Amino acid sequence: MAVLTREAPAGVSAERNARQRRKEVKQWLAVLPYLGPSLFLFAIFVFVPLIRTVVMSTYATTPIGEMTKFVGTKWFARLASSNVYLNSLKVTVRFVLYTVPGVLALSLLLATLGNLRLRGISFFRTAFAITLAVSGATAALIFMFLYHPVIGTFNHLMELIGVGRVPWLTDARYALVSVAIPRIWLQTGFATVVLLAGMQGISDELYEAARIDGAGFWQCWKNITLPLVSPSLFFLLVVVTLNAFQTFTEVNVLTSGGPIDSTQVVVHEIYRSFYFNGQYGLASAQALILFVIILGLTILQFGVVEKRVHYT
Amino acid sequence: MSKHRTKDIIGKIVLYLLLTIAAVIIVFPLYTGFVTSLLSAQNLDTYPPKLLPVDFQWENYAAALKMAPLLRFVFNSFVQSSSVMISQLILASLAAFAFAFLEFRGKQFVFLVFLSTMMIPWEATIIPNYLFVQRIGWDDTYLGLAAPFMATAFGTFLIRQFFLSLPRDLYDAAIIDGCSNLRYLITIAVPLARPALGTLAVYSFLQSYNQYLWPLLITNSTNMRTVQIGIRMLQEFEREAWNEVMAGVIIVMIPTLLLFVFANRQLIRGLTAGALKG
Repeated sequence: MAVLTREAPAGVSAERNARQRRKEVKQWLAVLPYLGPSLFLFAIFVFVPLIRTVVMSTYATTPIGEMTKFVGTKWFARLASSNVYLNSLKVTVRFVLYTVPGVLALSLLLATLGNLRLRGISFFRTAFAITLAVSGATAALIFMFLYHPVIGTFNHLMELIGVGRVPWLTDARYALVSVAIPRIWLQTGFATVVLLAGMQGISDELYEAARIDGAGFWQCWKNITLPLVSPSLFFLLVVVTLNAFQTFTEVNVLTSGGPIDSTQVVVHEIYRSFYFNGQYGLASAQALILFVIILGLTILQFGVVEKRVHYT
Repeated sequence: MSKHRTKDIIGKIVLYLLLTIAAVIIVFPLYTGFVTSLLSAQNLDTYPPKLLPVDFQWENYAAALKMAPLLRFVFNSFVQSSSVMISQLILASLAAFAFAFLEFRGKQFVFLVFLSTMMIPWEATIIPNYLFVQRIGWDDTYLGLAAPFMATAFGTFLIRQFFLSLPRDLYDAAIIDGCSNLRYLITIAVPLARPALGTLAVYSFLQSYNQYLWPLLITNSTNMRTVQIGIRMLQEFEREAWNEVMAGVIIVMIPTLLLFVFANRQLIRGLTAGALKG
């Protein structure tokens, strides 16, 4: 039999191939009802639109978004020399630089406190995490009140400590910081939860061994907690940075990009370009640039996560 | 010995003090919002601002509800978020089942296709999606609000991970006994995966409820506004009636605060799932 199959393979293997293919088709038909719905929605709302964004970024459009004429790299060239766009990139980077260190430092502090073994600590942990339930829009509205020039609490505090009233949202020098503060407040809750989960995964034995060797709290924190929580910290660094690049809500509610474009972040500029100015090609080009930035950061994150898996 | 004790006690007091200060700072904005929502118009305008609840004017809540159709907004958001949640639970369970239990050619590739949707930011597709939803007449509808978010790669991975932890023998035995795939999924896998499904349910509901940019783009009529857009409108409407605006903010926040109180564990698990994957 073995000889036979080896000697006369053509017909047999063709038949086997056909059988194999029939089996594969059958498998696919069986799988389709399970994967089909998701794949269909991804095609309609993710992949096709992504391609359309790429195409549209090379076309002139009517004010209602119909593509009219191929223009090549015109929009990208215009963006490269557009003060408005370059300003929005600069504002976004500044926003990232305000929020990311703030969130990481604050959440590290809160998680360290929340990781203490004390009675009633779960109450404090809940308090630290409460902003998980708060949306960007409601946070922005609450801070809009806190920033109120006359009856706002912040100006009252500023007067108490002798600084005097600050024109939080109406002065181009302070507006971006004022938009960043509610964002820091919101993200700190999430970041604290992530870091606390990381800290609680650290084995007690490590701390006990260190304490027997005479290490104090600070030494334990510096030499055990911080290094072992660093994967979570890195994850947060990437996620908080990504979120900062995609900021829209707080800006839209608090300043609408003003005063004099001092808070006009990239996504708000995209929104203005297509929703108000009807410049769909230009807006698509901006969206693509943002996509590339975000993709780069995401790949960086996946790369490092991968490495971490290999380590452990 | 007793010196040591006193030192311990002082140390503890200092720690509790630090914890309290930190908690007060974090909760302060919410607290102010709540106190303000109960102030009378008179006390709202006095300087310095009131830090303690001097009034309990619950009428502000009635006034906020009268000023804008807040309950309608809440209803809209519930319809949107529930549709997204239910559809994500179903579609993610189905896809996760295929990835965890079924064999087929190109599985790795399809898995990568799912994965890639997580790397494409929403902003990169929002313009064509906006135009598409408008063209097919779904703007200002619940379908338009929910449809783009009904499939989820994140949820699929979450549930697939859980399915993979179920004993493979259980599946093989059931199939040999003549149980169909769909029946296995519905009667055995899904009930066992309740923790993962709960996490996804809470996470997806919260995400849609708090959404801002998409509903801002595709809802035009007041009747179809979701809470996050509606509450912003309320503020633009009543620029200086901050007590009523804050009452509105609290009303809008109640569902997610309840979710936080009663489904804290699921919520945290969902939000940190990405962090703990590695």
